[in-house]
Amino acid sequence: MIPELGHYALVLALFVALVQSVPPLVGAATRNGAWMNVAVPAAIAQMLLVLLSYAALTWAHVVSDFSVLNVVQNSHSAKPMLYKVSGVWGNHEGSMMLWIVMLTIFGAAVAVFGRNLPPTLKARVLAVQGLIGVGFLLFILITSNPFIRVIPAPIDGNDLNPLLQDPGLAFHPPFLYAGYVGFSMAFSFAVAALIEGRVDPAWARWVRPWTLAAWSTLTMGIAMGSWWAYYELGWGGWWYWDPVENASFMPWLAGTALLHSAIVVEKRDALKSWTILLAIVTFSLSLMGTFLVRSGILTSVHAFAVDPKRGIFILVLLAIATGGSLLLYSLRAPTLKAGGLFAPISREGALVLNNLLLSTATATVFIGTLYPLFLDILKLGKVSVGAPFFNATFVPVAIPMVVAMVVGPYLSWKRADLGAALTRLWVAGVAVVAAVAVTAYVKAGSGPLLALVGIGLAAWAFVGSLVEFADRIALFRTSFRNSWNRAVHLPRSAWGMTIAHACVGLSILGMTGTSAWQTESITAMKPGDRASVAGYEFRFDSVGLVDGPNFKAERGVFTVTKDGQRIATLEPERRSYTTTRMTTTESAIHTTVFSDLYVALGDPTQNGTAWIVRIYHHPLVPWIWIGGVGMMLGGLVSLTDRRFRIGAPERRRAAGKTDGKSAPLPAE
Amino acid sequence: MRRLLYLLPFLLFIGVGIAFYLGFERDPRDIPSALIDKPAPTFDLPAIPGQMVQGQPATSGLSSAKLAGDVTLVNVFASWCIPCKAEHPVITRLSREQGVTVYGINYKDKPEDALTWLSRNGNPYAAIGADQDGRVSIDWGVYGVPESYLIDRKGRIRFKHVGPLTPQVVEEQILPMVKHLRQG
Amino acid sequence: MTRLLLAALLALSALSSPALAVQPDEVLPDPALETRARTISQELRCLVCQNQSIDDSNAPLARDLRLLVRDRLKAGDSDDKVMEYVTDRYGDYVLLRPPFKATTLVLWIGPFAVLLLGAAGTFLFLRGRRGVAAGADTAPLSADERRRLDALLRKDD
Repeated sequence: MIPELGHYALVLALFVALVQSVPPLVGAATRNGAWMNVAVPAAIAQMLLVLLSYAALTWAHVVSDFSVLNVVQNSHSAKPMLYKVSGVWGNHEGSMMLWIVMLTIFGAAVAVFGRNLPPTLKARVLAVQGLIGVGFLLFILITSNPFIRVIPAPIDGNDLNPLLQDPGLAFHPPFLYAGYVGFSMAFSFAVAALIEGRVDPAWARWVRPWTLAAWSTLTMGIAMGSWWAYYELGWGGWWYWDPVENASFMPWLAGTALLHSAIVVEKRDALKSWTILLAIVTFSLSLMGTFLVRSGILTSVHAFAVDPKRGIFILVLLAIATGGSLLLYSLRAPTLKAGGLFAPISREGALVLNNLLLSTATATVFIGTLYPLFLDILKLGKVSVGAPFFNATFVPVAIPMVVAMVVGPYLSWKRADLGAALTRLWVAGVAVVAAVAVTAYVKAGSGPLLALVGIGLAAWAFVGSLVEFADRIALFRTSFRNSWNRAVHLPRSAWGMTIAHACVGLSILGMTGTSAWQTESITAMKPGDRASVAGYEFRFDSVGLVDGPNFKAERGVFTVTKDGQRIATLEPERRSYTTTRMTTTESAIHTTVFSDLYVALGDPTQNGTAWIVRIYHHPLVPWIWIGGVGMMLGGLVSLTDRRFRIGAPERRRAAGKTDGKSAPLPAE
Repeated sequence: MRRLLYLLPFLLFIGVGIAFYLGFERDPRDIPSALIDKPAPTFDLPAIPGQMVQGQPATSGLSSAKLAGDVTLVNVFASWCIPCKAEHPVITRLSREQGVTVYGINYKDKPEDALTWLSRNGNPYAAIGADQDGRVSIDWGVYGVPESYLIDRKGRIRFKHVGPLTPQVVEEQILPMVKHLRQG
Repeated sequence: MTRLLLAALLALSALSSPALAVQPDEVLPDPALETRARTISQELRCLVCQNQSIDDSNAPLARDLRLLVRDRLKAGDSDDKVMEYVTDRYGDYVLLRPPFKATTLVLWIGPFAVLLLGAAGTFLFLRGRRGVAAGADTAPLSADERRRLDALLRKDD
């Protein structure tokens, strides 16, 4: 009964989506207020219906209703409740439902909070969002319906892939999808602006919060995915340049470019067509990612079950959405009024450079990911493009980007003095030299030369961002009280920028440390044996058998000491899941500020008396994800900037007019 | 001119879209052989220990010397490989009725398991070489079982099929090629 | 020259992860040889896996190839010769770092080309606009035009 309700709600949502798309578009063209106004309640209704449908699917999983095919294929009565709930999105059909949930939430949010948008723009934005909804609801209902029943219902289900039965599953997809799909809003705004034929600073101000929200959540989603792979896959790698990872990284790169490009539109009314193109491209990359993961044309560890029929459908959606919007772009973009002029060395110039480098980085990942396919199509042979290619091509683009990232905020709009800006960064320069010198001394001889570059870059990014902030509040140049006052009154977006940029440095620190100076020990150990890694001593105490809710495990106990002092007890496991008959390694990790100690219990040896034990020391690795979380926080702090709280009352009473618009932009 | 520049993203997308569409026909996991038109690797494999030929223990296994003279099919198989069992009738028909000499390379198998498998399913192979550590198979570029290679009269590899042989592959690709190679 | 380029590229990708699936019985006693084995293994694709190197993978074929690499190194082959040994048998597909050939020219040059084209485009675009602004030679508005302008500005509000 409840699954049928969910199914029905989904079909209703499809019709509501149609109502959200067609009348408002027509109404905007004919200036018919009534038809335009249909968009807002439609968007809200669509969200509610989709949420209802999703709730019905979740209910089916929670009560283990095995008459629903989706539950049979992915669940089991003994599966822990956390994974019954989060497992809903751990398969193709359920994850598409999550996709639609995020899409409609963003749509409803604009409908509710976008009171200040001009009526025609709002109608068009919601209409485009609705059209995307129509496409994906059709996709779900026709090819990926989660509510299909199976009669007679089996006694129990096939259980969820053990690799997914992890807290990471509870967090990684929602954040990832919120980001991935959230960029649909920027897309809708861009297409609406093209239809309107007008892009102005106000448009940029309206687009920015949604783009920021999507970017922040995507950053978190990618960071969590990386962390999850790190501790789950049993070997400490955190990025593989796998096609599906790249599919989420490309929208992130393009989205970062979009975020920064929109600043120029907002502040200087320039770079409009570039920003519109980025908005279209970012979401198109999201769509392309959705296509790649589910079509089977690329091999990947992450790929969902392959079905060409689904692939074709998404390809058609991609063709309509991306092809249509890019065609519209080619027709309308040339008519957009060019905006403010600027010298090459200026804030705008720096942001143009940022755009250029990020676009190159996106193109690099794009070319590398799809090249095997292109070559194969042209029957020119088969090549494989793996991590070595991406490391060799991406890093040289990332380095100047990070260097420029620190200098950019120092440059003034329109025309800037580069020499003066660099001079003000002398503290950061000193920090770089000091960091590199210290590292070279401490790690004399070990690790590649590139590690020193990484350390220098991290110091530059971190210290440089803080120095810029200190400069803004005139720290040490005036009284602390004055600096404090300045800091408190700085717009939140300034805080957000400093936090996010500084955290880029932290992530680089982690990436460098763990890539350059990892050490390990791989040996067969019997209880009582000891191993030594990076000055820590690991004693293998015992192995016991443990029963889990749907698995049996061997759990090893290791005591870690350093110079005689007990540091930790680590208990890695080897789990055998009963239903799927798969084995997973659950590594045990001891995290400190400076490094991770990582122990994984492997297979028993031939004679069964010893186990293969892998012990790793990952220096600085936690900073990768601390930096990632920090970037997200920076984005969220920026989001709370009053300028984006459209409709929030002004703190200062402007003379006469209270039209609900936010306070004028402070001079920066 | 500028207008054309704005059209560029759309045109690029069309190209990518077409590539995606064509991508459905292709299997990304299918790796073409690097040894096509090259001589088969030199090897000398012993027979499966315990294998009997006409009541007597087998004296010789399979070596590259045997591969010249006529068009032959070399089939890499193992008792633990399920698709190998599926293709077994096709191989049998190929060797017994369709007149193609089939040699076998037994890949990383326990002798007793291989012999049991052969006695249970029948032995269609003119000769079998036991590749217990898989090294010779690596020389052939084997990356999974079953795989089949068509060798011409001069001992060169002319065709490779990855996965189990089906009647369709035999009719459409193998037999025509055998005929062609025997004439040439 | 290509050797230098390769060395630079290798240096850039030296930020790689350690052995992830190597078993203790595979590890060579000579640490220098073992390091070479691991570096080479990280450049070779596991053909039966989804996007892993033979260094990362638990698959039996990966183990066989790891042992093969070590055997070749013990026999005295250089790193290049070991890679050649494997690609002779499996083709270029087994390399995770695509070789620099005619067919991969677009792949390797592509990113750099995008950067150059983008930079050129940006430069031309910026220069074009400055030219437009400099050339603007405006006469003052007539009263009629001024009135129309005011009306338009008010309408836009």
